Amino acid sequence: MLYERLTAYEGRPAAEGGEGKDPVNPAMIRHWCEAMGDTNPAYTDASRPAGIIAPPTMLQAWTMGGLSGHTARSSAFDELLAALDDAGFTAVVATDCEQEYLRPLRPGDRISFDAVIESVSPLKTTRLGSGHFVTTRTDVWSGGVRVGTHRFRILKYAPTQRTTATAATTTAPKRPRPVVNRDNAGFWDGVGARKLLMQRCTGCGALRFPWLPGCNACGGQGWDTVEARGDGTVYSYVVVHHPPFPAFDPPYAVALVELAEGVRVIANVTGVPYDKVRIGMPVELGFQSFDEEVTLPVFRATEQGGGADASR
Amino acid sequence: MRAGEQLPPLRIPITRTLVVAGAIASRDYQDVHHDAEAARAKGSPDIFMNILTTNGLVGRYITDHFGPDAELRKVAIRLGAPNHPGDEMVLTGTVASVDGDEAVIEVKGANRLGNHVTGRVTVRLPHDAPQEARS
Repeated sequence: MLYERLTAYEGRPAAEGGEGKDPVNPAMIRHWCEAMGDTNPAYTDASRPAGIIAPPTMLQAWTMGGLSGHTARSSAFDELLAALDDAGFTAVVATDCEQEYLRPLRPGDRISFDAVIESVSPLKTTRLGSGHFVTTRTDVWSGGVRVGTHRFRILKYAPTQRTTATAATTTAPKRPRPVVNRDNAGFWDGVGARKLLMQRCTGCGALRFPWLPGCNACGGQGWDTVEARGDGTVYSYVVVHHPPFPAFDPPYAVALVELAEGVRVIANVTGVPYDKVRIGMPVELGFQSFDEEVTLPVFRATEQGGGADASR
Repeated sequence: MRAGEQLPPLRIPITRTLVVAGAIASRDYQDVHHDAEAARAKGSPDIFMNILTTNGLVGRYITDHFGPDAELRKVAIRLGAPNHPGDEMVLTGTVASVDGDEAVIEVKGANRLGNHVTGRVTVRLPHDAPQEARS
């Protein structure tokens, strides 16, 4: 199993006998400060009594392999990355960096470092895609003295392919089919006739939605149906950003709509941008066809006017 | 300085130049930090800032405020929403604790997608220097 193979690398070296490619030097410090917009004179003003120090946050920069690559990287770390690549987790992104600075670095300091693979996480699902987090810890030395430590976490992941608008026409995935059973068939028959039907208990008269075999209020088994007038207000809502399901195009708003009759229905809100949906917003029932088989009740915001067709 | 005190915010426009210059200054040649096409192939809408640049900006935010004699002891950050060109990151900080001459600052950097970075910085403050922002 992949994860067992991955965790076997925990505790093994990630880098051994690493040497900084350049000694700490004013040119690289200045380039860093220019990029960061950092005007701290401690990094550039050699006339200060203590001379200049490197920005402490450059700690990792002194250990980087650059374009010519790492020479110190261990075979264990390369094998771990290769195993992840082979399993489809080909992309990499850094997620965490924890640095401790034990003494300032100054021009002329020569850097050496070694690193250990601390942990490999189980498979995680993220916005970028699913993958494994790999945590390493690096000790940085200069002149036989440890000058800092550096814990670094990367995500090796399988990129989620984004569907493009042009590719969506012929091969677009379809919305999930509703599960129709004897308890809710009457509701779906209503939707087919472009009516939103709720149940009414013939015992106590309580309205209920979604459809259920018995009455929440009195337990009665008898019921008939009432057609919703169609007006309501947004009782609550969420905006779905992640994860992106097939046939859905986030971000989109899903509302809990309170109908004029008092029952609440979960549905999409249309006719208004997802970030303009608000609690208390008046909405009106409509029906939207997603494909030949699936039509669903949706609620169109009525405040914005315009009368445009429902669309996401 | 007391726990709960807020640092003034620092607004950083995320330009393509900043993303690329930060990556190169930190010797990070991962293509997702300079090649938009490669970034898109890996599931990102555009290039994005590398963690070393974020780390450098967080360090700068603290020393900009406390002055050149303040000494960074620890910087621990976690990345969330990526910093893409065209966005703006607003760094804010709150003093979490003060212990002798050391203070821990909680730092957050928000862009329009959410929090790009959250973290904690431990900084040693000079005894004799005024603990005020440099102008």
